[in-house]
Amino acid sequence: MSLVEVDGLSVSFGAVRAVEDLSLRLAKGAALGLVGESGSGKSTVAAALLGLHRGTGAEVTGTVRVAGTDVGTASEAELRALRGGTAAMVFQDPLSSLDPYYAVGDQIAEVYRAHRRVSRRAARARAVRVLDRVGIPDAARRARSRPHEFSGGMRQRALIAMALACEPELLVADEPTTALDVTVQAQILDLLHTLREETGMGLLLVTHDVGVAAESVDEVLVMRHGRAVEHGPVASVLGSPARTYTRRLLKSVPRVDVPRPRPPAGAAPGEVVLEAVGLRRVFGRGAKAFTAVDDVSVEVRRGETLGVVGESGSGKTTLGRMLVGLLEPTAGQVRRDGVAVTGVRRDVQMVFQDPVSSLNPRRSVGESVADPLRARGERDPAVRARVTELLERVGLDAAHYDRYPHEFSGGQRQRVGIARALAADPRVLVCDEPVSALDVTTQAQVVALLDELRRELGLALVFIAHDLAVVRQVSDRLAVMRAGRVVEYGPADGIYRSPRDPYTRQLLAAVPALDPSLAALRRAERREAAAR
Amino acid sequence: MSVPHGFLGFALRRALGALVTLLAISVLVYLVFYAAPGDVAQITCGPRCSPAQVQQVAQQLRLDDPLYVRYLHFLQGLFAGHDYSTGTSAEHCPAPCLGLSYQSDQQVTRLILAKLPVTASLALGAMALWLLLGVSAGVLAVWRRGRLEERVLTGITLAGWATPVFVIGLLLMVLVCGQLRWLPFPQYVPFTDDPEQWAWNLLLPWLSLALIEAAKYARLTRAAMLETLAEDHVRTFRAYGVGERAIVRRHALRGAVGPLIALNANDLGSLFGGAVLTESLFGLPGIGRELVHAVNVVDLPVVVGMVLLTGFFVVLASAVADVLYAVADRRTVLS
Repeated sequence: MSLVEVDGLSVSFGAVRAVEDLSLRLAKGAALGLVGESGSGKSTVAAALLGLHRGTGAEVTGTVRVAGTDVGTASEAELRALRGGTAAMVFQDPLSSLDPYYAVGDQIAEVYRAHRRVSRRAARARAVRVLDRVGIPDAARRARSRPHEFSGGMRQRALIAMALACEPELLVADEPTTALDVTVQAQILDLLHTLREETGMGLLLVTHDVGVAAESVDEVLVMRHGRAVEHGPVASVLGSPARTYTRRLLKSVPRVDVPRPRPPAGAAPGEVVLEAVGLRRVFGRGAKAFTAVDDVSVEVRRGETLGVVGESGSGKTTLGRMLVGLLEPTAGQVRRDGVAVTGVRRDVQMVFQDPVSSLNPRRSVGESVADPLRARGERDPAVRARVTELLERVGLDAAHYDRYPHEFSGGQRQRVGIARALAADPRVLVCDEPVSALDVTTQAQVVALLDELRRELGLALVFIAHDLAVVRQVSDRLAVMRAGRVVEYGPADGIYRSPRDPYTRQLLAAVPALDPSLAALRRAERREAAAR
Repeated sequence: MSVPHGFLGFALRRALGALVTLLAISVLVYLVFYAAPGDVAQITCGPRCSPAQVQQVAQQLRLDDPLYVRYLHFLQGLFAGHDYSTGTSAEHCPAPCLGLSYQSDQQVTRLILAKLPVTASLALGAMALWLLLGVSAGVLAVWRRGRLEERVLTGITLAGWATPVFVIGLLLMVLVCGQLRWLPFPQYVPFTDDPEQWAWNLLLPWLSLALIEAAKYARLTRAAMLETLAEDHVRTFRAYGVGERAIVRRHALRGAVGPLIALNANDLGSLFGGAVLTESLFGLPGIGRELVHAVNVVDLPVVVGMVLLTGFFVVLASAVADVLYAVADRRTVLS
């Protein structure tokens, strides 16, 4: 008998079919990856394994058996015993997934006591033990901390500790590393791997990131629109995909090990349009002063893309905001065409990360794009004509002028954001994580659009991102940031081919490899490095 | 429970802020009442004063001095006390001295202190009741969400919210004391005289205030708990087999504590300044009724004293609430 048996599972939320006739098996101790883009139904399947759709109004048909329990017909008590006892779930966002009001250790103890008849004291001791097991330093003391006192990686470890508390046979991990930095992601994936080796528990890993799956599972099931597209051993599915969709998905995945296609010959680098000279930015005062950006000097040339890469807290966003003039530097200069400037200028515009929150939900997208034009004093019908042109330029339908942001997909919204930035006729676009909220296929399209705009309009781009692979695919030159400083700066391909700085090397080594055997090799290297 | 890092500093800063606010209020109140156009001595003394008495009051109020000197003198009274000469004898008014009421020939501070126990009895008792009723009704509505009980509770609380306190108070009094004769018509008995009679006599005033307020608390509790129940961390505990009862009690209710503290502090603070309607209705000799009286006879020092007192309690309550909030939600201290 398999640990997990799913047969003909369908889940609908009202008129929406999230999962359609899905079947899968997971043997004891095996690891299966559910891979798909947003809306593919992968998280819905994960939730169904624990019967989490019960009572939500979702319509579930088909059978789901986990370790012998029929999740569909199980009583409330049986279901509670299954949840956290036999099968434990690790959620995506480790900050919001823990109760902010209670100590981390107490929360784990609460879960333990829901399954074992033990004293509070014994449950606390168990919590400390599992926290220690997942690598929380000084676990006895840190067990008394609230979640907000933990870093993102530690919170994720704490959630995994909660999952381990009752020694489950199955671990369901729903995007467990999506909110984390790449080096922390590597640590968490390594931890999951080790735990699996030691405890022999099965793993069902839900992820949008093909690389993460390649690192962690034996088998992979690719989902699209609620259906299984392809299912097989990870090496063969990723190595020689049989289905068109899988091939397209893999093609969209940005590769950190593949150089960027060369720009057409003859495109000589233009003059320097934007320059940061010894930029420094300090937040707070006195003992609380925090230097977000420290002595950063970079330059951006016309028709060129400067990639800025770094982990959270590296200062890359602060740098971007200073380049645009949204933030005044504490020291140093921003120069445009060699002249020091302050404040926001029309010819340097910004594209923001979150296309949902950076558009006003109560205004039509046309009006949002028109804002910069109206601010300049232009009037209808000229404004309308220009906005129509801009919308078409970024690949949207001009008829979308009067629609509202919620009517668009993530990728379309980001196109609106780009159109708005273009409305001011900028020479430089500073894009802060412009594609990190998007699915890989959409990501590839937006990246292609930005590249096209750069070439055709002769724009200079600053591309700020945490994703090393995406940055490689767009950048002419690269700045690697860490703790406010640029640790490596130069032609992008050179840095990716032979990184000189140890931190850059560490970053690159942490990027999940698409090839499972390479991933195993990398893991061994990381282990060795950690042992040293 | 350990004191979170930076907590003492936070509490200290908050206390300092409260002090500054109070000073600002005192300046404002002083200006409104004493720098207004009109003959201050005449107004202060009251309409029945003889010109000689008005003259004396003018002297005591130091009306010849510039305004800021008078204000500082007033402040000095608050912090150090004053000596007044009332014609033949001298009288000491200890800090915090709010001046003299020329109409009742009493020190304002003493007058207020005499009324404060009544108002405090009313406010604290009502608070205990409204928290009990309101929070339980809110929890019940959440526990029975989507069912008939919730709808009924929602209807009741909405009706409660919309009812003025004197309507409920009158109804209760007519019903309980008039028709059913379960209780005599309330008459205030000090706690120190007879605690049992104190409680029986305050029962109806407590209930009238509490029923109205409880509606507000029930709605707040329900809304805050439902909001928490929709959060990700509740999903976590559901996915870990923690029972619904524990989730509602431990996690959802916990999320309502902060908002409850904030609202309760505000309500309690302003109640200490006098529950005018309730006190008048039930004939309770508290601060609210005294204030109405003072306004009617234009007893300026008393009005000023009471306005300052209300301000003091509101500011104090909100400072205490902020500190409690920080204890309840430690993330507050960090930001």
